Amino acid sequence: MDRMLMSKNGPAIAGLILGVIAAFLVNFGNPGNMGFCVACFTRDIAGAFGLHRAAIVQYLRPEIAGFILGAFVSALAFSEYRPRGGSSPMVRFALGFFAMIGALVFLGCPWRAYLRLAGGDWNAVAGIAGLICGIGIGVWFLYGGFSLGPSRPTPKAAGLVMPLFALVVLILLVARPLFGAKGTGPIFFSESGPGAAHAPILISLAAGLIVGWLAQRTRFCTIGAVRDLIMIRDCHLFKGIAAFIIAAFITNFALGQFKPGFEGQPVAHTMQLWNFLGMVLAGLAFTLAGGCPGRMLIMSGEGDSDAGSFVMGMLLGAAFAHNFSLASSTSGIGAFGAPATIIGLVFCLIVGFAFKNRMA
Amino acid sequence: MEKITVDARGLSCPQPVIETKRVLDKHSSGTVEILVDTVTSRENVLRYVTNAGWKGGWREQDGGYAVTATK
Repeated sequence: MDRMLMSKNGPAIAGLILGVIAAFLVNFGNPGNMGFCVACFTRDIAGAFGLHRAAIVQYLRPEIAGFILGAFVSALAFSEYRPRGGSSPMVRFALGFFAMIGALVFLGCPWRAYLRLAGGDWNAVAGIAGLICGIGIGVWFLYGGFSLGPSRPTPKAAGLVMPLFALVVLILLVARPLFGAKGTGPIFFSESGPGAAHAPILISLAAGLIVGWLAQRTRFCTIGAVRDLIMIRDCHLFKGIAAFIIAAFITNFALGQFKPGFEGQPVAHTMQLWNFLGMVLAGLAFTLAGGCPGRMLIMSGEGDSDAGSFVMGMLLGAAFAHNFSLASSTSGIGAFGAPATIIGLVFCLIVGFAFKNRMA
Repeated sequence: MEKITVDARGLSCPQPVIETKRVLDKHSSGTVEILVDTVTSRENVLRYVTNAGWKGGWREQDGGYAVTATK
């Protein structure tokens, strides 16, 4: 099995299984076209912790914990647990912050952009076009010598921070303690809206662990797929995305979840300029950091502290996005979503130029 | 013949591949050794080397990997 996953067909096999799992998770209760979305689910976790107070998007998503722990166990089992860090962690944190804001202006990470397409949400086309554009700008910086610098090996224990964080999320999900004055929370759990829509815990966790394992073995990456195709005409990872979309589409169709159109799509809006620009920002930030948000979770499970910094940046970005009206809703972009996107783009461009420090 | 070494240890995706491409593009033949520290980078660099028409190989070295490209 592992030889198959490590072969040139590995990403495609992972893509097929991930696509089917994503569509089934919606069938089991996750929000529409949101089998798993790294941005939305990290945002829900931020809400459950009370880092933002948008009552409809608060839940400790076991899928996210499963991605990290699945990758952690897989990395341990196959001798790929290599704790490392020290490559501009604060810049990576900020890139994660702005990647999340871009994703929440669009309403989804790259994984969900493809899942929205596979569910018939044509607004995703503008988002995917923006994503490709953002990756293209990132590739331009990479060819110009962009680098956040090398990471260094760290003590073995340093790589345990993110797996332990994932474990804490799971413990709090099951124990459901109530903190705060008069025990009113956090932890918060949505009673309505997308945060209240979720598959049973064990199914979500199992799905997360399987996805974490498959993605760790095959290096499945929704940014790398497009980046490598643009940059070196390598379609190794792209086959994974193609398989992911096709599998999710067929499964959605079979389950009666394929509903084509622009209007009334689940957790989506029709302001195409901002669908586009939000994902330009996300695509650029992800490319500068070296991978899609799913890949960041996987690498953080492998012991990569820099990827962990990026994930924590996403968590804070989600909190800011909802506290400061930057995130979009089904009615359109938030009051300050447009300036936040522009600020994020300017920040990423500054990072891109500031770190053009090609090795000799 | 001179052996060229590229130290791509610790670099994020896809920088090890870019550094490899930069060196291979400059040379029509010879031996190039690319140092990486993760299995993912080793696979990516090896795949690029082979796709670019060079003969690829690798060995473990100093807790990481040395990928070789020869033509």
